[in-house]
Amino acid sequence: MSESLVVPTMAEMLAEGKQPEVLFWVGCAGSFDDRAKKITKAFVRILNRTNVSFAVLGTEESCTGDPAKRAGNEFLFQMQAMMNIEVLNAYEAKKIVTACPHCFNTLKNEYPELGGNYEVIHHTEFLKSLIDDGRLTVEGGQFKGKKITFHDPCYLGRANKVYEAPRDLIQKLDVELVEMKRSKANGLCCGAGGAQMFKDAEPGNKEVNVLRTEDALEVKPDIIAAGCPFCNTMLTDGIKHEHKEGEVKVMDVAELIANAQDL
Amino acid sequence: MSYLDNILFAILLVVGFGFFAASVKKIIRNINLGVDVDRKDNPKARWKNMAMIALGQSKMVRRPVAGILHIFVYVGFIIINIELLEIIIDGLLGTHRIFAPYLGVVYDVLIASFEILAILVIFAVTVFWLRRNFIRLKRFIHSDLTGFPKSDANYILYFETVLMILFLLMNASDLHLQNVPGGVFHKAGSFPISQFIAPIFNGMSNELVVILFETFWWLHIVGILIFMNYLYFSKHLHILLAFPNTYFANLKPEGQFDNLASVTNEVKLMMDPNADPFAAAPPADENAAPAKFGASDVQDLNWVQLLNAYTCTECGRCTSSCPANQTGKKLSPRKIMMDTRDRLTEVGKNIDANKGVFVPDNKSLLNDYITPEELWACTSCNACVEECPVNISPLSIIMDMRRYLVMEQSAAPMSLNAMMTNIENNGAPWQYSQQDRLNWKNEN
Repeated sequence: MSESLVVPTMAEMLAEGKQPEVLFWVGCAGSFDDRAKKITKAFVRILNRTNVSFAVLGTEESCTGDPAKRAGNEFLFQMQAMMNIEVLNAYEAKKIVTACPHCFNTLKNEYPELGGNYEVIHHTEFLKSLIDDGRLTVEGGQFKGKKITFHDPCYLGRANKVYEAPRDLIQKLDVELVEMKRSKANGLCCGAGGAQMFKDAEPGNKEVNVLRTEDALEVKPDIIAAGCPFCNTMLTDGIKHEHKEGEVKVMDVAELIANAQDL
Repeated sequence: MSYLDNILFAILLVVGFGFFAASVKKIIRNINLGVDVDRKDNPKARWKNMAMIALGQSKMVRRPVAGILHIFVYVGFIIINIELLEIIIDGLLGTHRIFAPYLGVVYDVLIASFEILAILVIFAVTVFWLRRNFIRLKRFIHSDLTGFPKSDANYILYFETVLMILFLLMNASDLHLQNVPGGVFHKAGSFPISQFIAPIFNGMSNELVVILFETFWWLHIVGILIFMNYLYFSKHLHILLAFPNTYFANLKPEGQFDNLASVTNEVKLMMDPNADPFAAAPPADENAAPAKFGASDVQDLNWVQLLNAYTCTECGRCTSSCPANQTGKKLSPRKIMMDTRDRLTEVGKNIDANKGVFVPDNKSLLNDYITPEELWACTSCNACVEECPVNISPLSIIMDMRRYLVMEQSAAPMSLNAMMTNIENNGAPWQYSQQDRLNWKNEN
């Protein structure tokens, strides 16, 4: 844990005349949110351990514009997109990995029409490819035998049909993967998408994150796994609402892998 | 007498199909009020979508009970149309079961399968009626479905039952007349279901049974023509529009929202260091309506969204899967589609009443039908889109209306305005400096 992280920036790489294998798009949550920063660091620990050549944009990264676009502000979205595309294209970025399904969706699907064409992959897909290539081996470690359920982030699952990569990773941990009654294409939103994260919910009789947490608690898991920093926050809040924080943990798939390897 | 029937029948057909054609024309006119969007690319994938989803009912069976029962009614409807062809020819020519001699055994099999389908349709429709009125499934007793939408659904079920019963009674009386000594009708067809109904005609005079047969025959075909013309007023329009709707449906990933081209031009100009900030705006076309960002009324939506509205069957699968709706918020994707259709019908009537021109009526889809509260409750999770058995996207309408609220009216909730200001100033939805983006690297 104490070993310091090696996080080169694209600018540093360029100065050395190097091009990384992959650009790690950290995202706003991954950069600023205290909980999400742990996910970022867990993912970087895996990258460091497996000697993946990567770099971040650092202070040159900016919001992809996803929350602005979903809120209806197409101007702001396109401003953000075009600025980001200029930076990415200047570094001749080819392959981008991100731990945020919202960044993933926007970079992958909405940037091409504006001139940004990259191979964009979610960190669960990237970790899966490291295992498939033999660059990363994963064993159960502290999670062996634990009951884990996976919550499908809307912008990873339904929006882009990535259902198997996170599940494959979880299963590598020698755990019992249990499915909620609503999963994959039928998964229920955590309540944060469409810029809801940044506003109060409309009046109703329940919060969406509480309903989703109830779904998860129904299968009595030790851990609720997520693959999105926003889902992570919403479900963590849901667990607190249900006063289950002593029994059930919410963890990102990258954290599961990193912790299983004692990274 | 002999030609009177045929002439009457021909007139009936012309009137029935004439009214129907007029309705179809009006629907196409209304759908074309929407702005253009290109949905002609990749015909192979589009035909496949139509084959799998509309013809193959692949998304219906995701809810197995309703799905399988729906397939009975759907196959019944499609197949019995073959029988309808014979009825029309018989009616015009004054013949009786004209296909029988040509098809032989195949004809027997066909008639037998129609009968079995008819009884399956009656069964399915009865269960549907029970689900709507007796078991009271949540999505059918929802506040969206009061007044006409509720009775419309029941009318359709009653109508289908009556049509199927008339079909079976027609066959039963026919069979009876085939079997009476001497045989009033020639032998044709196989009647696995109506053979059990036929005995009710025992003891009646042949003349009476012939009159009954003719009555069933006429009521059946008149009923079908009425039903066909009722479609225009009903959610039952989906039996036709499901096909084009699945063909023209979005093929892109569900998470990919369209980029507004008009905005792209402006943003490019803003970011172009060589652009002349004092350049005069290009001369505006005097007659052109000022371009609007997003949608506040049906004319601002694209034609696929309007086709979606006419195609919606109000089944409520979208609403029952919507996280906002499940947590008691006002948003109902089904209501979004019903509102769009209602407003479009209203605009169409306005155009009809004003000799082909829309006269502003001080109403709009936004506010008069759909409130901002509904729009802001959406998490854009795509559950409604995924769930729709015929690939309707309520989400695309919600997003276009949000765009209008934000870009035309600056009417976003305060907290969202704060989020957007943060993105503008700091490149993040929270108030952190862009210079601190890499601080996490050195934090413990």
